[in-house]
Amino acid sequence: MKEVIFYGRGGQGAVIASRILAVAAFKEGRHVQAFPFFGVERRGAPVTAYTRIDDFKIRKRGPVTKGDYIVILDPTLLDMSEIVKHAKRDASVIINTNKEIKGSVSSGDVKVIAFDASMIAVNNSLGSQNAPIVNTTMLGVFSKITGEVAIDSVIDAISENISVKKDSNINAAREAYEKAKK
Amino acid sequence: MHRRVSCQSDQIRKREKIKRMADITKKVVTGNHAVSYGALLSRAEVIAAYPITPQTEVVEKLSEMVANGELRAKFINVESEHSAMAACIGASATGARAFTATSSQGLALMHELLHWATGARLPIVMANINRSMGPPWNIWSEQTDSLAQRDTGWLQFYCENNQEIIDTIIQAYRVSETVYLPAMVVLDAFYHSHTMEGVEIPNQSAIDAFLPQYNPIYKLDVNEPHTFGGLTSPEWYYELRYKIQSAMDKSIKVIKDTAREYEKITHRKYGLLEEYRTEDADMLIVAAGALSETVKEAVDLLRQKRKTRIGLLRIRTFRPFPKEDIKKILKNVEIVGVIDRNISFGNEGIFFQEIKSALCNEKIKPGIYGFIAGLGGRDVMVEDIIGVADILAKPGNKKDIVWVGAKI
Repeated sequence: MKEVIFYGRGGQGAVIASRILAVAAFKEGRHVQAFPFFGVERRGAPVTAYTRIDDFKIRKRGPVTKGDYIVILDPTLLDMSEIVKHAKRDASVIINTNKEIKGSVSSGDVKVIAFDASMIAVNNSLGSQNAPIVNTTMLGVFSKITGEVAIDSVIDAISENISVKKDSNINAAREAYEKAKK
Repeated sequence: MHRRVSCQSDQIRKREKIKRMADITKKVVTGNHAVSYGALLSRAEVIAAYPITPQTEVVEKLSEMVANGELRAKFINVESEHSAMAACIGASATGARAFTATSSQGLALMHELLHWATGARLPIVMANINRSMGPPWNIWSEQTDSLAQRDTGWLQFYCENNQEIIDTIIQAYRVSETVYLPAMVVLDAFYHSHTMEGVEIPNQSAIDAFLPQYNPIYKLDVNEPHTFGGLTSPEWYYELRYKIQSAMDKSIKVIKDTAREYEKITHRKYGLLEEYRTEDADMLIVAAGALSETVKEAVDLLRQKRKTRIGLLRIRTFRPFPKEDIKKILKNVEIVGVIDRNISFGNEGIFFQEIKSALCNEKIKPGIYGFIAGLGGRDVMVEDIIGVADILAKPGNKKDIVWVGAKI
């Protein structure tokens, strides 16, 4: 089973990202589960969402305590020591940032991938400079880096589940997929 | 009738991957939307509901389905859950298939009318999303809300996953309309309501054949006026109560027969109970709802790593309470732990009480211990279940009731 944790802020689409990823993997015949951290969501407040993907029926419920993949939509949520606590030893952490990642990533073989998703999102008119909506862009990166789902499945899932600015979201995901380095 | 699972879980899981019917739709849906699809496929004709977290999406989706013509139903906006149930009662009395959904305080507000629906013998189906009662305000999973309605005469089904939710709503209508009693289909706040899972949406024409239009013998009809629920003296009220109890008794067989018919069209079988790896078990955990999937994980782990002969008995049907089947299953085991995500203050967990009372006159019976867990949405993890098994396995005197993971 692969477990994914999305960290974002209310309004950035972390919950939608977890769902689109689940739909994309489901399209590839896999068993999936997607859910938000069971709280009361507010715009701007930190939001956590989870996706589980497996070849078998998923019976595990409740939050992911240690993720195989961690996707951080908002660089201001970056507290690596906290995030590493929720990462498996060989996890990949994908961060939306235009800065270089410094600091202490010492737990096991956690791989940190920094990617400027905000720029691609804003160029595709998804949100504003101050509040970019990067969820679909980050899924493009996720597809490339992890290989867990094909980009075409992600795009199919976006086109079925997003009705506002559908083309922008699709373009952003594809652009991110092409730009991300494995 | 129980879904027996005997061989290795991997094989079972693989078998589930096999595609069954060509004309089904597969979708990733939340538990809330699974409820909505269940009502859609059942062709509910009147829907009246009042929003409450975590139920809101159920009726949002249904109102969307009514608005876009997918579901031909009358959607009645009401000002409270009490009115929602009153509207369902009125609708059902005219012979319409009525549906509502609620949770927690909303269900509590309906209480008076729950008795009314039963006494009037109206087969209303309602989804209740298990949520704790306040105060303090808490929107997370707990079974106390629905179990507090134990004595209202509603059938109660507890679901394990989103697929079972769709399947149970549909079957609940058929059972209800056969025995003329209302039914509550219960799911967990968030663990089901807000969790998306892949499900098979059954084919509408297959469901239409399985669940034909509701056509009661007596109905409220302006062209043929009758009095319903009028004053009944002690001379006959008593017998009418007996008839409700008889209908409950009869529903045991109806639920089993309905499950068999449903299996023919979906290849999924549900009954009163589910047994998981119980064949050779000398220790059993009893649980209901989403929690039981966690127990299955723990059972597999304990069997594999510690060779513990442990199994799960999942209570799917709480009313009617399947006493006879429970007796048969429990007589073969040495020790039983009942996990309750609920509490009857001043006594114990409610499933624990019911299980013990079912066995009280049996000559051979296991030791039975109660565990309270996960109240107000506290996560119950696989490790917690292993802790329960550890307590059960330890020789010597045990506490009658243990609060799992409580900071006390």
